[in-house]
Amino acid sequence: MLKLRNIETFYGNIQALKNINMDVKEGEIITLIGANGAGKSTTLMTICGVTKARRGEVHFQGQPIHGMTPDKIVALGINQVPEGRHIFPYLTVMENLDMGTFLRKDTENIKKDLEYIFDLFPRLAERRHQAGGTLSGGEQQMLAISRAIMTRPKLLLLDEPSLGLAPIIVKQIFDIIKKINKENNTTIFLVEQNANLALKIAHRGYVMETGSITMSDTGENLLSNEDVKKAYLGI
Amino acid sequence: MDFEYFAQLFLGGLTRGSIYALIALGYTMVYGIIELINFAHGEIYMIGAFTGLIIASVFTMLGFPTLAVVVLAGMAAIVYSCAYGFTMEKIAYKPLRNAPRLSALISAIGMSLFLQNYVLLAQTSDFLPFPSLIPDFEFWEPYAHILTSPELVIIITTVVVMILLTFLIKFTQIGKAMRATSQDKMMAALLGINVDRVISVTFIVGSATAAIGGILIASHIGQINFYMGFIAGIKAFVAAVLGGIGSIPGAVLGALVLGWTESFFTGYISSDYEDVFAFLFLVVILIFRPSGILGRAETKKV
Ligand SMILES: Nc1ncnc2c1ncn2[C@@H]1O[C@H](COP(=O)(O)OP(=O)(O)O)[C@@H](O)[C@H]1O
Ligand SMILES: [Mg+2]
Repeated sequence: MLKLRNIETFYGNIQALKNINMDVKEGEIITLIGANGAGKSTTLMTICGVTKARRGEVHFQGQPIHGMTPDKIVALGINQVPEGRHIFPYLTVMENLDMGTFLRKDTENIKKDLEYIFDLFPRLAERRHQAGGTLSGGEQQMLAISRAIMTRPKLLLLDEPSLGLAPIIVKQIFDIIKKINKENNTTIFLVEQNANLALKIAHRGYVMETGSITMSDTGENLLSNEDVKKAYLGI
Repeated sequence: MDFEYFAQLFLGGLTRGSIYALIALGYTMVYGIIELINFAHGEIYMIGAFTGLIIASVFTMLGFPTLAVVVLAGMAAIVYSCAYGFTMEKIAYKPLRNAPRLSALISAIGMSLFLQNYVLLAQTSDFLPFPSLIPDFEFWEPYAHILTSPELVIIITTVVVMILLTFLIKFTQIGKAMRATSQDKMMAALLGINVDRVISVTFIVGSATAAIGGILIASHIGQINFYMGFIAGIKAFVAAVLGGIGSIPGAVLGALVLGWTESFFTGYISSDYEDVFAFLFLVVILIFRPSGILGRAETKKV
């Protein structure tokens, strides 16, 4: 479904991604783990067209997308929940969700999706008229994921959804990620520093170190890999 | 206290404030989206007035009725100003979008000087008489001594523009996109919003309201020159800052406050210090409310 081939991305003269190759199959949960500054967010931004790769290609469902602007890429069915959630602070919860439907015209389904979300996160329903900026971190993460669901993505990119959240909320959010993967057949590309949790729910995983992919295997195998254990699982 | 005099000053201030508001909207909308003080915005207003004058003269000469002349001149001014605003963004600001903010500001000042001199050379440095496009309405005769017909038209037009703009921003797709883009450009793009287009539309809408302001004031004052955009632009900019730059209701409120301040100070104290009062007031307000009357606290942008 998604292919990255020999991707090299730079910030000025600093190379953030070196010869990245990745494959994501339809219906999978894959995870990209790595230390802070490894280049995980840059990988997602390169896929979405926010940061342009200097070399290499990105293909989505057989179509080259590396030359496209972000809005065109979103229209193909790729959506990202970026690191830091990026809730519109002065829009209400409802308006934030509504922004997720910017490219959609199927009013009936939008209504259903909204009900689905309020069912998933009753907290958001309670706060629907509150400004996004006034929500707690956990609620903002729920809203960010919900807003992404409202776009009906084929491929959902999640950048560190567990960052800064209490364990109980993290668990809830990971359950929902599994659920939307199963129920809606949404393909998930999960970036995490919390490698333990991510590898447990992922079918496959990639390990990134200073801009390069150093390992890729099934989630299970990576969880039991000695190097991974030492470097990322703190065992 | 003489009530009639007070009413005159109040309505005079409202008229001035309306004009400032029409121009201030452009400043505040552009700032809200790309955090740029578009110093060349006053020139868009000036170009609107010049276009209006040329078109109005031609069609008056051809013997068109007044109403047709007003509509044609107004439309031409809007279209022309919008074209300038759109082009200005593409050539002077878009290439600098990721450059340090000072570069874009200098580009804006350059654009302002360029347009002034361009009109100076292409037209003239003299004041040109501008026809009074708005007739004195008979039905308004009894009140004309407090508020003239042209002033009435200015106020009504401004109110209509404000209502349309509010509708645009609150209820249309492009309005939603504008609000999202002004709060978080990257996230807007990640939700499928074409940010470049939103920025272009913002310049176009701001230019249209400035052109309307330009025509109205030119017809009211009766003369224009290439420099008119500078002074009006500065005043409107003050209004936008006063209200809280980036905030649309703020720009309108700031413009009205400025209009009334000027009107009352000149009416009751002295007309020699009109601009001094305006700026004094700006300084005082900004001391107590640094982000303007309706401005958001400094954490506005992420
Ligand atoms: N906007 C930027 N400008 C310059 N360098 C950046 C920028 N964003 C990230 N970097 C650098 O690129 C590298 C990869 O960053 P990032 O992709 O954010 O890593 P991760 O998400 O894995 O923590 C880091 O060295 C970071 O400092
Ligand atoms: Mg990151």
